[in-house]
Amino acid sequence: MKRSAGKITFDYLNMTILFLISLLCLFPYIHILAVSLSSSASVAEGKVTFWPVDFTMNSYNFVASGSRFMTAFGISAKRVLLGVVIYMIITAITAYPLSKEDRRFKSRTVYVWYFVVTMFVSGGLIPTFLVVRSTGLMDSIWALILPGAVQIFNIVILLNFLRGLPKELEESSFLDGGGHLTYFLRIALPLSVPCLMTLTLFTIVYHWNAWFDGLIYINSPDRYPLQTYIQMNVIEPGRRVRDITDLDVLKTVSQSTLRAAEVLVTSIPVLLAYPFIQKYFITGITLGSVKE
Amino acid sequence: MNRRGKVCLFIPCLEDMAEVAEISRAVDMKRNIPLHFMLLPGVVLVFIYSYWPMAGLVLAFQKFNIARFASGGYFASPFIGIDNFKYVFGMPEFPRVLWNTVFIASMKIVAGTVAPILFAILLNEVGKAWLKRAVQTVTYLPYFLSWVILGGIISDILSSDGMINQMLASLHFQPVFFLGDNRVFPYMLVITDLWKSTGFNTIIYLAALTSINPALYEAAVIDGANRWKQTLHVTLPGMMPIIVLLGTLSLGDILNAGFEQIFVLYNPVVFQSGDIIDTFNYRIGLLGAKYDIGTAIGLFKSCVSLVMVSVSYALASKFANYRIF
Repeated sequence: MKRSAGKITFDYLNMTILFLISLLCLFPYIHILAVSLSSSASVAEGKVTFWPVDFTMNSYNFVASGSRFMTAFGISAKRVLLGVVIYMIITAITAYPLSKEDRRFKSRTVYVWYFVVTMFVSGGLIPTFLVVRSTGLMDSIWALILPGAVQIFNIVILLNFLRGLPKELEESSFLDGGGHLTYFLRIALPLSVPCLMTLTLFTIVYHWNAWFDGLIYINSPDRYPLQTYIQMNVIEPGRRVRDITDLDVLKTVSQSTLRAAEVLVTSIPVLLAYPFIQKYFITGITLGSVKE
Repeated sequence: MNRRGKVCLFIPCLEDMAEVAEISRAVDMKRNIPLHFMLLPGVVLVFIYSYWPMAGLVLAFQKFNIARFASGGYFASPFIGIDNFKYVFGMPEFPRVLWNTVFIASMKIVAGTVAPILFAILLNEVGKAWLKRAVQTVTYLPYFLSWVILGGIISDILSSDGMINQMLASLHFQPVFFLGDNRVFPYMLVITDLWKSTGFNTIIYLAALTSINPALYEAAVIDGANRWKQTLHVTLPGMMPIIVLLGTLSLGDILNAGFEQIFVLYNPVVFQSGDIIDTFNYRIGLLGAKYDIGTAIGLFKSCVSLVMVSVSYALASKFANYRIF
């Protein structure tokens, strides 16, 4: 089919628009990268847009030497690790029973309602805060993990996936004398690996990005997870540059270059995981929509 | 169990059928015991961190007393009826906070629905697969970064001596205090929210687009429809079910103006235009330690949201055949 002049014009116009939108999305990162690699003087004079001026790695050196930043990084890593293990176990062992048919598992309806209600009704900020406090979790990493450990949406995605497995698998496993646990561990879980991968990525991103719980449940600044630390020290007007005594460093490092460097380092894990995320999140979204 | 033999040997009569059903029910019950154990951790955690706080909603009707709370829990403080609500609704800031919430949330709902639809249609028209993928890669990225990170980037670029203002200055425009001017702040919230989520929100519309039957386009071409007419008469109607569904479901967000985003971007100068129920509640209830007032604000918001969510689900199940499970 011959392309008309109108269509060709449209195609080019469309590509230009999309190209511009992409640039618009990309510019902020490039600018921040340029700022983090420039000297504080050239940033202050407004010379830096998309290319470093007076190239220097000092902001990064300063970030790497700042013990509080590295501590917070470690706490976030620990949180992600603990969170992924615990959340995935709870998601799997909760989704499996709920994926059974009402006919075979009579109490299922009761359980489903028990969980679904919490999607629509919640105690809200302050009662939840008071409960976390009275369960003695304040200032501990468990305050960042336990309160949200039952992720209903992830459970719904996994249970829909489990329901898609052929019924014959379960029947034959029961005929061979296996119970639910055998079927769950030997057959259902191995078959759900693609879905579990998706949910693991969901969980990693969730834990890495969470910061508000750290803000309200953690009192000692040296126990902040990274994003909370960034929120407290970078977004809120900083006070750390004043601590710099080395004049040479002060010439090249300022609040803005430091903030840029910290923000970039904090987003590195997500950027590294991004190719996988992009691949699995999209399947994850379509997985959740599969229903009988 | 040896009764089973009977079923195999003889043609079962009705009584036997009932018996078989009973036996299989008993087998199921016994077999299901591990299922209850598997659900136990989830049930306990949900009880502690979801249901117990719900009981805490009684604080909204009490004069909170920290000493009594420490010794006797939620029900120990004296009840004062709806005085906390009267206090909240009487606060001079409250009407403004409520208005800001609804105003910002509705702008976000409208913009957040229209932009991904347009973007999905444009993306769908791109013939080259690599180009489409490149655009998707770049535009999905902000969705996966937290508001803390994006807030750091945004406040750097939009600050009074930031990149945008330097560009404006070089073009001889007056500087704009994007995050410090009540006239522009709410719109900056909408724009930055679009930056974060538009790309990602196209996914679901792109999926809807691929499910449109190509024969419809062929028929439209034979009828003489150009690209624009095809979009108008085939693409948009094809997307309509999902647009209607997501549109109705977003009604439930009418009081969710985006706490995390506003929390990292606002400052006292723009409280007048940017303070929303959630940020207000955080400052008054949690920072100010007025737990009873804060719970009342939260309960008010939950009630309105619950009504809106119920309405939206009722509409969605009526018009779009939607159900959660």
